[in-house]
Amino acid sequence: MKKNKCKKWAALFSCIALTIFSITSCGNKDSSQDSSDSSDLYIYNWAEYIDPEVLTMFEKETGIQVHYDEFETNEIMYPVIEAGAISYDLVCPSDYMIQKMIENDLLAEINFDNIPNFSNIDEAQLTSAKEFDSENKYSVPYCWGTVGILYNTTMVEEAPDSWAVLWDEKYKDNILMQDSVRDAFGITLKYLGYSLNSVTESQLQEAKELLIEQRPLVQGYVVDQVRDKMIGNEAAIGVIYSGEVLYCQQENDDLAYVIPKEGSNVWLDCWVIPKNAQNKENAEAFLNFLCKPEIAVKNFEYITYATPNKAAKELLAEEYQTNPAVFPPESILSKCETFHYLGQEAEELYNSLWKEVRSK
Amino acid sequence: MNKTFFKKYFISGPYLFWMIAFTIIPICLVIYYGLTDKSGTFTLQNIMSITTPEHFKALWLSLLLSLASTVICLLLAYPLAMILKGLSVNKNSFIVFIFILPMWMNFLLRTLAWQTILEKNGVLNTLLEILHLPSLNIINTPYAIIFGMVYNFLPFMVLPIYNVLIKIDDNVIHAAKDLGANSVQTFFKIIFPLSIPGVISGITMVFIPSLTTFVISNLLGGGKIYLIGNIIEQEFTTAYNWHLGSGLSMVLMVFILLNMILTFKFDKGEGGAVL
Repeated sequence: MKKNKCKKWAALFSCIALTIFSITSCGNKDSSQDSSDSSDLYIYNWAEYIDPEVLTMFEKETGIQVHYDEFETNEIMYPVIEAGAISYDLVCPSDYMIQKMIENDLLAEINFDNIPNFSNIDEAQLTSAKEFDSENKYSVPYCWGTVGILYNTTMVEEAPDSWAVLWDEKYKDNILMQDSVRDAFGITLKYLGYSLNSVTESQLQEAKELLIEQRPLVQGYVVDQVRDKMIGNEAAIGVIYSGEVLYCQQENDDLAYVIPKEGSNVWLDCWVIPKNAQNKENAEAFLNFLCKPEIAVKNFEYITYATPNKAAKELLAEEYQTNPAVFPPESILSKCETFHYLGQEAEELYNSLWKEVRSK
Repeated sequence: MNKTFFKKYFISGPYLFWMIAFTIIPICLVIYYGLTDKSGTFTLQNIMSITTPEHFKALWLSLLLSLASTVICLLLAYPLAMILKGLSVNKNSFIVFIFILPMWMNFLLRTLAWQTILEKNGVLNTLLEILHLPSLNIINTPYAIIFGMVYNFLPFMVLPIYNVLIKIDDNVIHAAKDLGANSVQTFFKIIFPLSIPGVISGITMVFIPSLTTFVISNLLGGGKIYLIGNIIEQEFTTAYNWHLGSGLSMVLMVFILLNMILTFKFDKGEGGAVL
């Protein structure tokens, strides 16, 4: 009897010990967050948007410890930065979100003296960055690309060239849409012949109706899963960011990419430093590291998103430099638009219309 | 007297702290956000917005799906618990162990695995194809969500019922049989009434998480099926409207409270069975 009791106590004790151990071992990792030790760098980036080896190389070269977190959409990232509970040193939002962050005074000016390699960035990209960062003070371009249609050549009857294919009854249950307000509406507005920065309520209502009409045809609303599902032949047509195309084609030969004739969205993701960053200089050191041509090339080969780094582009294989999916020609780009931040009121309108679409 | 008073509060101190810090204060915050708008003035609009068609539909669908999965869980769990009760001690603890085993793995991973299994070209359909059977298209439908709920929450139904059943004194059952009750009568007059606290607790533990889930519907519904949990999650993340999100959460709390009231009503004096 007594022995039994002993056993019970031992079991209880080991349970408690295990719990405490697991709590503290988690805690250790996070506790470094509070210390403003100057050898840390907190990065908040899109999922799978950097070669992890680049991070290791940077850590080795500088001795700075990188803490790396990921987000899935701009809209998820924004409240995290605004709430400021975690102070990141570097974030990588897209164009319109950078504009919103600048307007809401969330970003710090970057000290470009610390980033001599910035001169490698293509002048053309800096010009387009002026659309959201009028004096190029807050952002360092990282990747750019378009939004288009990835299709499986064995599953479509003819190669699509228009957004209309997303409303084609033939592909019922074979269409993957982006689960992101601006992308979904942007595509539809372009298809209707409007600007993808429209704030006219009647145009948006029209787009909403069209998206509702499309709903029964859509297999799913996803973000990063488009890639895996298209590779796995789960769907015939998917809306995708151009940077994913090379990877998809490597994994599945039947996939092809097109930027529809109506035009599309051309986007530019840039690194920015939030106002409450604790390790601004480390962030700038990292940006300088990223702008090195050989690092940018290494990174490109991993993430396959077009780089705005001129010097790096010249180092790329010829097939990449001329691939219209990666670096589209000017004739196509001229039909594409950049997203702008539309203000809080328009944002709420977009969100409520999108909710109507999604919960229909 | 004073000493026992002190002792009582000293012992409950950690729990009181926990409850105030992680339950009371957050709920107060939700109520504050739910009853104010962006400028901080009082409004009932966040709560009233449940009547808009898209919110109401999501709530209705959530209620329906969680009700369905609770019923299915109950139908699966009760017989299983009865079987477990009938087994010898060693055997039943082994089966209970098997039941808890999947919970050692992360809930998200398990749901993600079901996505891969149920997909159009997933594991299940490949198997069916090999067997020359028609393929099943349940991914991205409400059925897939019910399936996910049942799969994830079944242990929460089995365990409380099993715990109650195992505690029923065999002598009570023998007495019933001695007095001439057949096994059907024994079940309905003795076993089932005695197991009600476990059933109620199981229902609560399946119904509430099913009602509030957004992960299962997101992963197995392909983002096409919007439950009230998804709407609230979207309000807090993408739409960044914490006020509306809190208002809708308060509406959801009403349903949870209703469920709790029912639990207490059925469970008077038998609190021990409620996990």
